[in-house]
Amino acid sequence: MEWRDEGIILATRKHGETSVILEVMTRGRGRHLGMVRGGRSRKMRPFLQPGNRVDLSWRARLDEQLGTFQAEPIEQNAARLLESATAVHGLQTLAAHLRLLPERDPHIRLYETLGLIIAHLDDATVAGALVARFEIMVLDELGFGLDLLQCAATGTRDNLIYVSPKTGRAVSAEAGAPWADKLLPLPSFLKSGAEIGGDGEAISAAFRLSGYFLARHVYEPRGISAPQSRASFLAALLKALTSQSPAAPAG
Amino acid sequence: MSKRIVGPEIEKLIQLLAKVPGLGPRSARRAALHLIKKKEQLLGPLTVAMGDALERVRICSRCGNIDTVDPCMICSDPRRDTGTIILVEDVSDLWALERAGAMNAQFHVLGGTLSPLDGVGPDDLNIRGLVSRVAEGGVSEVIIAVNATVEGQTTAHYVTDQLADMNVKITRLAHGVPVGGELDYLDEGTLTAALRSRTAF
Repeated sequence: MEWRDEGIILATRKHGETSVILEVMTRGRGRHLGMVRGGRSRKMRPFLQPGNRVDLSWRARLDEQLGTFQAEPIEQNAARLLESATAVHGLQTLAAHLRLLPERDPHIRLYETLGLIIAHLDDATVAGALVARFEIMVLDELGFGLDLLQCAATGTRDNLIYVSPKTGRAVSAEAGAPWADKLLPLPSFLKSGAEIGGDGEAISAAFRLSGYFLARHVYEPRGISAPQSRASFLAALLKALTSQSPAAPAG
Repeated sequence: MSKRIVGPEIEKLIQLLAKVPGLGPRSARRAALHLIKKKEQLLGPLTVAMGDALERVRICSRCGNIDTVDPCMICSDPRRDTGTIILVEDVSDLWALERAGAMNAQFHVLGGTLSPLDGVGPDDLNIRGLVSRVAEGGVSEVIIAVNATVEGQTTAHYVTDQLADMNVKITRLAHGVPVGGELDYLDEGTLTAALRSRTAF
């Protein structure tokens, strides 16, 4: 068995003295693992880092085997991301979300989005909104997509500011007013076609929304908890946004 | 089925030696044969040394280093600067920095890095011990000397967050061109890191 594809490295694990087990998100074959012989060598270690895009050749005698990868670097993002707390925690969060998907199950949309997010992960002004959208997309790919296009009660596409925690469908301001305390706020950047970005409050609301549905549909049924990196990412992001925001005018 | 050519004791010695890093079954056989040939000069003293190590080696309750005394010799050395702690992933990193002899500081061994794939979380590392040491007072700087990998830096940022409210300076090792390194032969990632952390000359 043999194939060639490109992928984004999610993690590496030491294997023996010289090799590593590489976990990658590939374009056409989803999340895939394989062994890289000599992966701990001085030549290969720098590019076998999470966040880097690599060209992969996978080979195994049988399809169900772990197999071996031969990897060549295409795009080295890790060095750029290392300095940013938001970026490294974000990278671990994205990898944790992709681990919710079954292995070797292609998700081209997630792969393309992952590449786009990694390019902007060290930019705190957009990283939060991108990762929050990614979480909604992961829910969608797992079969628990939210309907944020129109109001569940009236069908209107305007003034959608809530999401029903029961149905995962958007609710307009007018229809949701009587149950406002029971509904989840919908930040504007999560709506289809909306501009990416938001302040700390909107980002926190987006993560509360996606976190609620991830917990309900994924974490709780599987008996797992949200990854630690998700909380660290949000904390680092809010800290970065606070430090970037201009000081309030005196008086 | 292959015929057994040595007794079970020697076979067991070979099997155990083959588990040592750097040794495979072939080199383990050579090492075992060498030890047996030098029974008096090598095998005997090695057995005694290993027995002593087994009996006396312990983890330092203060810094996580390996030594035969607790606290370890580094922690109990009065000539060391107690105001600076160098944070490392593993004892091998501590030994490497001590070989370099660049700083006469104290150390703190984390025992690994945050690794979701291996199931290593903050509670599995010696982070609480570091926070307690800094909270005791007298520490002015923590130098984070973890590997320049995504997992290493994730751990570094996590530790920085844990120490954020304490009155301590947090620094990290520079990333960039190694001594004797030629730019032409360096990977793009290292060059990017070197350019981003350039200093005034």
